Amino acid sequence: MKLHENTAVVLSQLLAKKEVSAIEVTQSFLNRIGDLDPLLKAFVTLTPEFALKTAAEVDQKRINGKRLHPLAGVPIAIKDNICTEGIKTTCASRILSNYHPPFDATVVSSLKAIGMPLLGKTNMDEFAMGSSTENSAFFTSRNPWDPERVPGGSSGGSAVAVAAGMAPLALGSDTGGSVRQPASFCGLIGLRPTYGRVSRYGLIAFASSLDQIGPLALTAEDAALLLGAIAGYDRLDSTSLPEDVPDYSKELGAGIKGIRIGLIGENVDQQFDPEVNAAVKRKLTMLEQHGAVTGEVSLPLTDYGLGAYYLIAPSEASSNLGRYDGVRYGYKAESRHLEEMFSNTRGEGFGAEVKRRIMIGTYALSAGYYDAYYLKAMQVRTMIRRNYEKAFQSFDLILGAATPTPAFKIGEKSDDPLQMYLSDVCNINDALAGIPSISVPAGLHSSGLPMGMQISAPPSGEKLLLAAAHFLDGQKRGVPQRPQLEIGEGGSK
Amino acid sequence: MDYETVIGLEVHVELLTESKLFCSCPNRFAAEPNINTCPGCLGFPGILPQLNAAAVKKALTAALALNCEVALYSYFDRKNYFYPDISKGYQISQFHVPIGSNGYIDIKDDQGSTKRIRIGRVHMEEDAGKLVHSPAGDTSLVDYNRAGVPLIEVVTEPDLRSPGEAKYYLEKLKSILQYADVSDCKMEEGSLRCDANISLRPLGSDALGSKTELKNMNSFKAVERSLEYEIRRQRDILISGGEVVSQTRRWEENSQKTFAMRGKLQAHDYRCFVDPELAPIQLTAEEVEEARRNLPEQAEARAARFVKDYKLPGYDAAVLTVSRSLADYFEACLQAYDNPKTAANWIMGELMAKLNTAGIEVDRCSFTPASMAELLIMIDEGLISGKLAKEILDQSFSSGKSPRRIVVEENLVQISDHGELEKVIRQMIEKHPDSVENYRAGKTKALGFLVGQAMAETKGKANPQLVNELLLRALES
Ligand SMILES: [Zn+2]
Repeated sequence: MKLHENTAVVLSQLLAKKEVSAIEVTQSFLNRIGDLDPLLKAFVTLTPEFALKTAAEVDQKRINGKRLHPLAGVPIAIKDNICTEGIKTTCASRILSNYHPPFDATVVSSLKAIGMPLLGKTNMDEFAMGSSTENSAFFTSRNPWDPERVPGGSSGGSAVAVAAGMAPLALGSDTGGSVRQPASFCGLIGLRPTYGRVSRYGLIAFASSLDQIGPLALTAEDAALLLGAIAGYDRLDSTSLPEDVPDYSKELGAGIKGIRIGLIGENVDQQFDPEVNAAVKRKLTMLEQHGAVTGEVSLPLTDYGLGAYYLIAPSEASSNLGRYDGVRYGYKAESRHLEEMFSNTRGEGFGAEVKRRIMIGTYALSAGYYDAYYLKAMQVRTMIRRNYEKAFQSFDLILGAATPTPAFKIGEKSDDPLQMYLSDVCNINDALAGIPSISVPAGLHSSGLPMGMQISAPPSGEKLLLAAAHFLDGQKRGVPQRPQLEIGEGGSK
Repeated sequence: MDYETVIGLEVHVELLTESKLFCSCPNRFAAEPNINTCPGCLGFPGILPQLNAAAVKKALTAALALNCEVALYSYFDRKNYFYPDISKGYQISQFHVPIGSNGYIDIKDDQGSTKRIRIGRVHMEEDAGKLVHSPAGDTSLVDYNRAGVPLIEVVTEPDLRSPGEAKYYLEKLKSILQYADVSDCKMEEGSLRCDANISLRPLGSDALGSKTELKNMNSFKAVERSLEYEIRRQRDILISGGEVVSQTRRWEENSQKTFAMRGKLQAHDYRCFVDPELAPIQLTAEEVEEARRNLPEQAEARAARFVKDYKLPGYDAAVLTVSRSLADYFEACLQAYDNPKTAANWIMGELMAKLNTAGIEVDRCSFTPASMAELLIMIDEGLISGKLAKEILDQSFSSGKSPRRIVVEENLVQISDHGELEKVIRQMIEKHPDSVENYRAGKTKALGFLVGQAMAETKGKANPQLVNELLLRALES
């Protein structure tokens, strides 16, 4: 087995036993990136020197007998909307195409303190607005299972990196499914933590009341390890949860005996791929056979979530993106006067989807529309939250499809924003409710593409989510399913 | 037809805090542009606001001092617009729920009787930066030192009926907020800024006429003048049968006139919504009660205390408490000097005259309370004469040197040495035999002349009482 084929937990063990060095591990992933990234285009920026420097420091500490975090020396890829001091952070936007933040995001500080080598910054939909990475101002990332297909988005680059073995772990951000949807398209574990569980300090805002940073990983065990490394209260984020962080890796094998699991009734009725529905039912049956108590749960407002989301998120975005005016940083267009500087900078700096959402949000907040759109959407959001509270009185976990279909073809939906928005339909309600939610592989479609299932828990229920996901990992007999990528001598296929 | 004036004021006041409202940059004036800034107040992407609890405390104190109802639950909204002096594309402000509402201030109206001015709301917000335009007019630069400084906005109901009342209101508001230690309220330095809404209506009518909003007044006097001008302007329009256009007008100090800035039709839609990056402000009833109990002493209470504790006449106490900084100065002086009445006389007399001439407030003057105490002690010790003391005060006021240092450096210590003075007096008697004869012939005026000569001979350093005494003795011997 090649080094880059291992899970983070296995790498951690090899490193701890000094069977491999962090330099060797890091170099093997850098080689893999060299082989595959020209084809798959997961990374916007590569940071090999920085990664190797971190790896060398970790190796030295290990030689000196210092106590190290299990993830010390395990490399990671980070989505390009998470600020890294001195390292270009673009949000895959022209407006930030040469932006070097003067500070690290809190999660980046945590990973640096542990000694995780940063391989690079990953591609995404511009400002995390999209479901395919086709909205990146630079290029579209490709699904390792079929390079003609999208990897999902917006954290598409992070999903590609992990699925193709270019990174053992990656961070994404999930506003309305941006971690879970690409995880589903690429056959990975993608976790959206409880809102406030992971600090948003240094995450470039799309919709602040919805954005959460989360891990993409090959296994639940890996995701648990990474979540433990980034979760926790942060005084720099006023919406941060002042709760202790449990040891997510402990009691992962607790099993699912007696756990009450509800299948979302509404999803099944929708225009989902029948194979996806069947795969989800199969998993439910499997859980039931191993002692879970299953039933059907009704979340009658599921349909309204999408509409509310596409008012709330653009409203916040229209405000969050107001700062890109060419005055202090980022792209600045040629102009003759102030008004022109604003309109040219933003006109040239933002892509079509970002402009569309800024306009939707601007309308939704305008005098005369505010009550009918923004306020109404916020009321729907409250009702959705209550719905979940009610559902969680009867169930410990809620289960459904992670995406209505497997990955779609590049270009298939890029001209139809509504179809594109619908690909997040399974993920949005959890985000509106602020509850934790995980996307786990649910087997392969007849097309050979991975399908995904989503499990949700009440606030701060990450431990239970991870235990359920770990149980399902175990049913696959250990080895995660990987795409078959043939690589010729010294290059891509 | 006779018209009634209806005025409402919107006052922005900078809060006296160590740091800015949402970052840890110092809340302090700086001459060098952009020195008090960080990625937070410069609006860098990824930075989140952290609410300064001290600013909330000040705002709460202000709301209570202005007799407001306090909202136990309030929050911040974003006011979205494009302008380079705001760094995030929005200003964080309390739009939907202000921390204080339904308050009031009692003032004296033009007839001298008490009148209650209602305060609709007191809310918190962050200040903007400043644009600096090049003299050639081809470039503009932005200074964000002020961006993010905590402010409260105090908005009256349209209860003011004359420019005079507006001025009384501002003076009272300033006094209350200074005494509450909320703000130093210096309009000239921009820590208090005032916009005025003004309209005219036929006397006896209840309806409000179309109003104009006046901006850019840099002193209380300017507020009063701009309102007076606007009354004349609106009255002329109404009398000639015209209609007042509802608009924003800018006061120009040079021409003493207002000029239209923009019509209300083009007014901004700020698209206000709750800031999702800040937690709501939740106060408990206990916190509010504690703040109410700890409200600093206001002017009237302090004046009463001055009468009681320092045995000052009521008039003196009223003058000394006209501003908190003056009252503080007086009490700081008493830390080192124990004759309140003398201190009061010198502060109300010499010092206030100097301050008026220099056009500055007492907390900005370099003649410190400790210097005042030092000066008065030297007089009491007989080291310097009162006349000399005034000259020393003059010098110290402009140079900032301590009075004792001035006396030493310039060798100004009063001559009280008998031998030395007797020598001088003998010289004077020999030099002016006519005056001696005149005195002995009963012309007492001549004594004054001789004292003056002796004082001149010692360059004013002689102890005048002692010279008088010794001269009399010499003349009568
Ligand atoms: Zn700052």
